[in-house]
Amino acid sequence: MPKIKYIEHSGKEHEVEVPAGWSVMEGAVKNLIPGIDADCGGACACATCHVFVDPAFEAKIPPKSDMEETMLDFAPEIAPNSRLSCQIKVAPELDGLIVRMPKSQH
Amino acid sequence: MNIAVKGNLEEARDAAYALPLDQVNPAQGILFQTDTMWPYFERLRKEDPVHYTADSEFGPYWSITKYNDIMAVDTNHQVFSSDFSHGGITIGGGQANFEPLPMFIAMDPPRHDIQRKVVTPVVSPANLEYLGPIIRERAGKILDSLPIGEPFDWVDKVSIELTTMTLATLFDFPFEERRKLTYWSDVVTAVPGHGIIDTFDQKLAVLQEYHAYFTELWNQRVNASEVKGDLISMLAHNPATRNMEPREYFGNIVLLTVGGNDTTRNTITGSVLALNQNPDQYRKLRENPALIPSMVSETIRWQTPLAHMRRTALCDYEFQGKHIKKGDKVVMWYVSGNRDEEVIERPNDYIVDRENPRRHISFGFGIHRCVGNRLAELQLQIIWEEIFKRFPAIEQVAEPKRTYSTFVKGYEHFHVVIPKRN
Repeated sequence: MPKIKYIEHSGKEHEVEVPAGWSVMEGAVKNLIPGIDADCGGACACATCHVFVDPAFEAKIPPKSDMEETMLDFAPEIAPNSRLSCQIKVAPELDGLIVRMPKSQH
Repeated sequence: MNIAVKGNLEEARDAAYALPLDQVNPAQGILFQTDTMWPYFERLRKEDPVHYTADSEFGPYWSITKYNDIMAVDTNHQVFSSDFSHGGITIGGGQANFEPLPMFIAMDPPRHDIQRKVVTPVVSPANLEYLGPIIRERAGKILDSLPIGEPFDWVDKVSIELTTMTLATLFDFPFEERRKLTYWSDVVTAVPGHGIIDTFDQKLAVLQEYHAYFTELWNQRVNASEVKGDLISMLAHNPATRNMEPREYFGNIVLLTVGGNDTTRNTITGSVLALNQNPDQYRKLRENPALIPSMVSETIRWQTPLAHMRRTALCDYEFQGKHIKKGDKVVMWYVSGNRDEEVIERPNDYIVDRENPRRHISFGFGIHRCVGNRLAELQLQIIWEEIFKRFPAIEQVAEPKRTYSTFVKGYEHFHVVIPKRN
């Protein structure tokens, strides 16, 4: 099972195995890792599962949809490697993925 | 003391189920004022979740009543427009006497996106950190000034006072005159003949005074040598908004006034009411104040301070087996979505330690999702932290007087007593 490392804004790390097919958001929420709120439940309809994807993995993740782009555009403290974690599907090639969390979710 | 009539829910249920389905019309201010709209929505969710009302005081309209259907409409801005030119975001928009103002909540992309981003920094994480201690100090002073052992109106003394102070700070509005903001906000959403305004002409006159006051503030800020971080300065100095038509500037001011005022105010009042109606939950919270953030989200769901948002179909559209036609008015009833038993467990119960309290639709979803959601939560959280430092209980002494509105779901008065200090 792919391993994903979630790093809280404080620096606290959580490494968990997440089944392929789940979203990166689900991997956090279902393992009770704090820092990802996911208010809309994974519908790409808010921006409360915002993460920064480790640059080494950026190219392995399919590009953002228009809606993801727009929702991120309205969120604070966005960087080029910002993604909504509900839109990243876990797959074998993402084994070792590292995502960092913003200070707060808006 | 102003004691409102609370409708009889059993009678309302009989009435709601006795109607032929095609005559069910939840968009009646009186149902909201008497808190008896619930069975109408309950019936629609069960029997006709995407429902057409052919005849109402607002003309024909569709009701979207289930959580996931609301989410689908709210996120489909390509089909369901918010634009003021089609009637905007409330059920009454576009009718005689109500031509909606241009404001970014009532615009579609790209104009919406550009203007929204101009004001978003006011609720940035950094600004919330700055505002937190200010709100806390004010909340403490407000609570310390409350009478002990005698009834008072919680709406006036606490809910309005705290939220209006915050709003005055966001606008950098003359602080001693801040109750003007409350008054103007109430006039904007008032239904003439049902509250503080008797006629449309009277409403128009107040809006002109409101507009003139903010025009003066704009003129001061636009010419200021030092640009400050308040909302008016942001609008006056950003290249995207500094050349706005006066009417569009005023529209955005109205949006920020109502959005930053009514909603949090009514949720603060709602929190005291909900905890009084559910003493077991009040006890649980008192024994474990770490539940305050969860209680805040639960109250925002339970209260649903804006009962609906409206869209207009830009094309014919098939939705859940219904044929929505181009130009049709589509009303997303957030107040109903938040009670959808298929998505929210025991939705009519108020549970301060609910498993997933942030799963509610009160802020909307998609591009128009509430900008100030975190500031709203912050104010609620702070007031309750400060309440617990001071008072063992706040007791309801009468039914609240609810607002006559299908849009603002709130309270005009709510009388309570604080028996003693800690």
